[in-house]
Amino acid sequence: MPNGLDFRFEKRCRYLEENYAVELKNVTKIFGKVVANDSVSLGIRHSEILSILGENGSGKTTLMNMIAGIYFPDAGQIFVEGKEVSIRSPKDAIELKIGMIHQHFKLVDVFTAAENIALGLEGEKYNLKTVAKRIKEICEKYGFDIDPYQKVYNMTVSQKQTLEIIKVLYRGANILILDEPTAVLTPLETERLFGIIRNMRDDGKSVIIITHKLNEVLAVSDRVAILRKGKYVGTVDTKDATELSLTEMMVGQKVSLNIARKEPVNPQERLIVNNLTCLDSAGVKVLDKVSFTAFGGEILGIAGISGCGQKELLEAIAGLKKTAPGSSVEYIDPGDNIKKQLIGKNPRQIKDYGIALSFVPEDRLGMGLVGSMGMTGNMMLRSYNNGHSFFAARKEPRDLAVKVKNELSVMTPSIDTPVSKLSGGNVQKVLVGREIASSPTVLMTAYAVRGLDINTSYTIYNLLSEEKDNGVAVIYVGEDLDVLLELCDRILVLCGGRVNGIVDARTATKEEIGLLMTNLKEGGNR
Amino acid sequence: MAKGNVIKEPLVRVVKRDTRSTAKTYKFVLIRVAAVILALIVDALFIFFITGLNPISVYTTMFKGTFDFEYGSTLFTAKFLTTVRDMALLLGIAVALAPAFKMRFWNIGAEGQVLMGALATACVMQYGVKYVSGPVLMIIMFVMAVIAGAVWGILPAIFKAKWKTNETLFTLMMNYIAINIISFATNVWRGKKSTLGTINSISREGWFPKILNQDFTLGIIMVFALVVLVFIYLKYSKHGYEISVVGESENTAKYAGINIKKVIIRTMAISGAICGLCGFMVVAGKDHTVSTGSAGGYGFTAIIVAWMAKFNTFFMMLIAFLIAFLEHGASEIHSTYAVINDYAADIISAVILFFLIGCEFFINYRLVFRSGRKKEA
Amino acid sequence: MLNVIIAWFSRAVMFATVMLFGSMGEILTEKSGHLNLGIPGIMFIGGFTGFAATHYYEIAAGAAYNPIVCVIIGLICSFGAAALAGLLYSFLTISLRANQNVTGLTITIFGVGLGKFFGTIVMGKSTVSSAAKAFATFSTKIPVLSKIPIAGGLIFSYGFMVYLAIIMAVVINYILKRTRIGLNLRAVGENPGTADAAGVNVSKYKYFSSTLGGGIAGLGGLYYVLEYNKGMWATSNSIEALGWLAVALVIFSTWNSVHAIWGSILFGLLSWAYAFLPKLGVPIPSTTISLVQMLPYVVTLVVLIVISMRKKKENQPPESLGLPYFREDR
Repeated sequence: MPNGLDFRFEKRCRYLEENYAVELKNVTKIFGKVVANDSVSLGIRHSEILSILGENGSGKTTLMNMIAGIYFPDAGQIFVEGKEVSIRSPKDAIELKIGMIHQHFKLVDVFTAAENIALGLEGEKYNLKTVAKRIKEICEKYGFDIDPYQKVYNMTVSQKQTLEIIKVLYRGANILILDEPTAVLTPLETERLFGIIRNMRDDGKSVIIITHKLNEVLAVSDRVAILRKGKYVGTVDTKDATELSLTEMMVGQKVSLNIARKEPVNPQERLIVNNLTCLDSAGVKVLDKVSFTAFGGEILGIAGISGCGQKELLEAIAGLKKTAPGSSVEYIDPGDNIKKQLIGKNPRQIKDYGIALSFVPEDRLGMGLVGSMGMTGNMMLRSYNNGHSFFAARKEPRDLAVKVKNELSVMTPSIDTPVSKLSGGNVQKVLVGREIASSPTVLMTAYAVRGLDINTSYTIYNLLSEEKDNGVAVIYVGEDLDVLLELCDRILVLCGGRVNGIVDARTATKEEIGLLMTNLKEGGNR
Repeated sequence: MAKGNVIKEPLVRVVKRDTRSTAKTYKFVLIRVAAVILALIVDALFIFFITGLNPISVYTTMFKGTFDFEYGSTLFTAKFLTTVRDMALLLGIAVALAPAFKMRFWNIGAEGQVLMGALATACVMQYGVKYVSGPVLMIIMFVMAVIAGAVWGILPAIFKAKWKTNETLFTLMMNYIAINIISFATNVWRGKKSTLGTINSISREGWFPKILNQDFTLGIIMVFALVVLVFIYLKYSKHGYEISVVGESENTAKYAGINIKKVIIRTMAISGAICGLCGFMVVAGKDHTVSTGSAGGYGFTAIIVAWMAKFNTFFMMLIAFLIAFLEHGASEIHSTYAVINDYAADIISAVILFFLIGCEFFINYRLVFRSGRKKEA
Repeated sequence: MLNVIIAWFSRAVMFATVMLFGSMGEILTEKSGHLNLGIPGIMFIGGFTGFAATHYYEIAAGAAYNPIVCVIIGLICSFGAAALAGLLYSFLTISLRANQNVTGLTITIFGVGLGKFFGTIVMGKSTVSSAAKAFATFSTKIPVLSKIPIAGGLIFSYGFMVYLAIIMAVVINYILKRTRIGLNLRAVGENPGTADAAGVNVSKYKYFSSTLGGGIAGLGGLYYVLEYNKGMWATSNSIEALGWLAVALVIFSTWNSVHAIWGSILFGLLSWAYAFLPKLGVPIPSTTISLVQMLPYVVTLVVLIVISMRKKKENQPPESLGLPYFREDR
């Protein structure tokens, strides 16, 4: 064996180790006035799994979209294999062997798996049979299972994701970006996905996973890059990292929330949920016999991995989602203790029934507010129909808008500026302000502080605590366990659409809840 | 990979305008005015190179199609009033479309809805006159026209609400069904005569009374009333609020407890009813008969008017006037210059419309050109 | 009896061919996610330009008239002018993101105006103007085959454009279903975001299909003037009406150009039933002609309703039909 070859091999290995597969230098992206990425620099090596960690809204997806050619950076440089490149379109990205699996799958519903993979391919002859054969080969190599002739609209979420990964591999991608890949998967499917990702890394590929789940970061990645509010914080080797150290980097300083929490005073049964079951459009149970009681004067937290039925639970109670027979949501009127059944009523009927139920939905501008209207118009959303006049009253909502603007210090040029032009925090203040203004007896919030800065988050916590002190039954769906543990009185953990336990927030530990979120107990799901 | 070495930003990038910082109305007005001027220049070139006429004298003649001061000292000359009549009809239909468009319901079926209203009116005019007369006849004509238009509007709405049937295609088909029904009805009526002719031409029963010596004045008054009413309806009523919410987001509408299906059907009933009302005005105030051309394509033109006015009924007035002005200007040119026929109006107004449609883009977006920087890797 | 059926059928086929060209153009355009309501106007432009070109060629060439040159001139001018109108539509709706319905309707106003304006100039003082030689060329039947009894009259007695339309319909269907270009184009109309992410140049495909679609639709106008209308130009609204029927036919054929072939013949038979049924012993009162002519629209409406009720994914309009696409929208 001549030495030269050895030397060259070593040199190549060193080159691969020293050079990044993809490197970003001072990349900046601005949307309107929002700086989504502020001069971010980071690199991805060959044969490694890199996690991009950050809270919701920290700019992870935007950053990756610039590598994938969806967005074009406003400033900064991108290097692929050491060469500066400009990625103007996904096509450029594919040519550079970069593939991204988006959170919202980019698949054509009426196409088969093979057609979806053939889409946009260039160079080779168009032959779906050959495509199907190569799909089979890729499946065997990495351990997938998919029917090339199945239509996408007949596929499960997990199958669609598999198809997306195959699509990227089919194009010979060496750099794979996965955006929140586990958000839609069951724990078992997640494990399988991680196995596949490790296979790909061992095959020499660079894999980037965008996530905000610490346990997954620690389980699968080699290194972790952390973003915070659009800024790059740093990269650490996973073996040196702990949940605590990562959390610190992610949120800035050690989190001691110090949310003022009083003992519930004279809690009274307010909502009795019994055997609540919901099916999605495909007929799969998204809520499975959920039963619990919410008390007036307490905050009931709801924890769970995203997509475990939190959204459906709140929407079912609010009368926005059809429930299966046998479901029951009883409301006990604090005035006269009369039980009222909510199932089968729409939001209007619930209101007309004399039940003051407020709901801050997850999709603020798509459900809770009308983006094109100003604050006044939005204050009217729940009350415009009051009274018998043909015309909608304008004065009260206008007064209310002024009140909310002043009390919650909403930053807006005027109460008539369309709310879609406001920043996320101010949008949420408008929404929460309106929902609290109707003096509810039940207040449900879904991810009420998502994407908000610390100050606004505290404003929201305080508002919720005040409502609790006023005897309102507050239901708080959240994703940050620290907040859940410090804000709530009890925490209900959902897992796969079932109640996997209700714990006392004062005594429970994060580990305990984390386990309940990921592992179904006896009597839970299959 | 050689290509990748030279760093290129895309030549032009399109960026959404941040209306917060550039909410200067005069700028938007300026863009639109510039568009009209550019269009007029293009039209002038067209006139000059095709007909060899002096564009300025052609435009002056066009102007006289509406503003003709030679016959009298007042503004209200016959020509002016005819232009206003046509503008009023176009405006009435555009106003009818506003609620539907605001709800993001593409009602392409105004032509058919107007025709059905016209048919119902003519029917009552022809046969009702045997039983009633005077204002009573007029009221029955009015009511029947409104009902006929509303029915034509409700049908696609029901299917949209229940099965999400594509309303653009549905309403489009309904136009041609209406046209054929009219054709059938007039064939039956006229019997052996070659055309239907003017209805009640002697008794003038069911005709609008002459006001200011014009047949259509009542219609103009009704349309202006509609402009105000629909504006108020959309802006201040509970229904109007619901329409805005449904148009913005179905999820928000559900969240607010709005019965979306009901709103869709009700709004289309109103939209159709106003179209039917316009049909009533055509028959009672202008044509005094009905034919497949009663709506005269205004049902389609009104779509453009309503869209460009961004559903604001007052802006619609301006655009409707512009179109009616162009139409009359063109027929004025036709009678003055033999070389130009009045189809030129379609071309001239289409060019103006193209520019107005195109300029929307520069109002909503701005272009960022590649900066001079070029680097070698 | 038999002769009447043959005559009815061949009339229907000629009528169908006008629509078929229009529908093919509209199908191509709609498959890229654009609803072009300008097709009737574009057909008008195509018809007029093709007519004017052949008409002037006929006069200029005089005795040196060459049928092949005439066909080439007619096809190129008609297709070219219509494609330009398609390009204008594309520019406004794709690059300037204008509303498709509004732009389309304006194109129709524009096209009809353009055709009629120049049409009256071509006609001079007379009410019609004719391109007799071009008509003879465009309606030349297949020599031997058209003499076969029955089949000759039914199948082989048309000008070449009828066969061109049918071949094109089959080819378009093949391209859409069996080639990568077709796959990419369908993806653009279904889900432009996905196509974009897969590296398909969305704007290019949209431009390409809307422009080509315009050109093909224009040929419908050409055929209308030079064979269906016996080489005569009159500023009637027939082409526009046929254009709207073509838009209806797209729905009726569920966006499939091969279905559009028989669909257009069915529309043709229905539209001409009033003229031939009486000869077959089925009297149709002259007053009810309109009701018979209404049938194509009613049938289309029924198809539209049925496909929306059945919700079969394959039969739906392209999913992003009518929606603009802007990659950086957020």
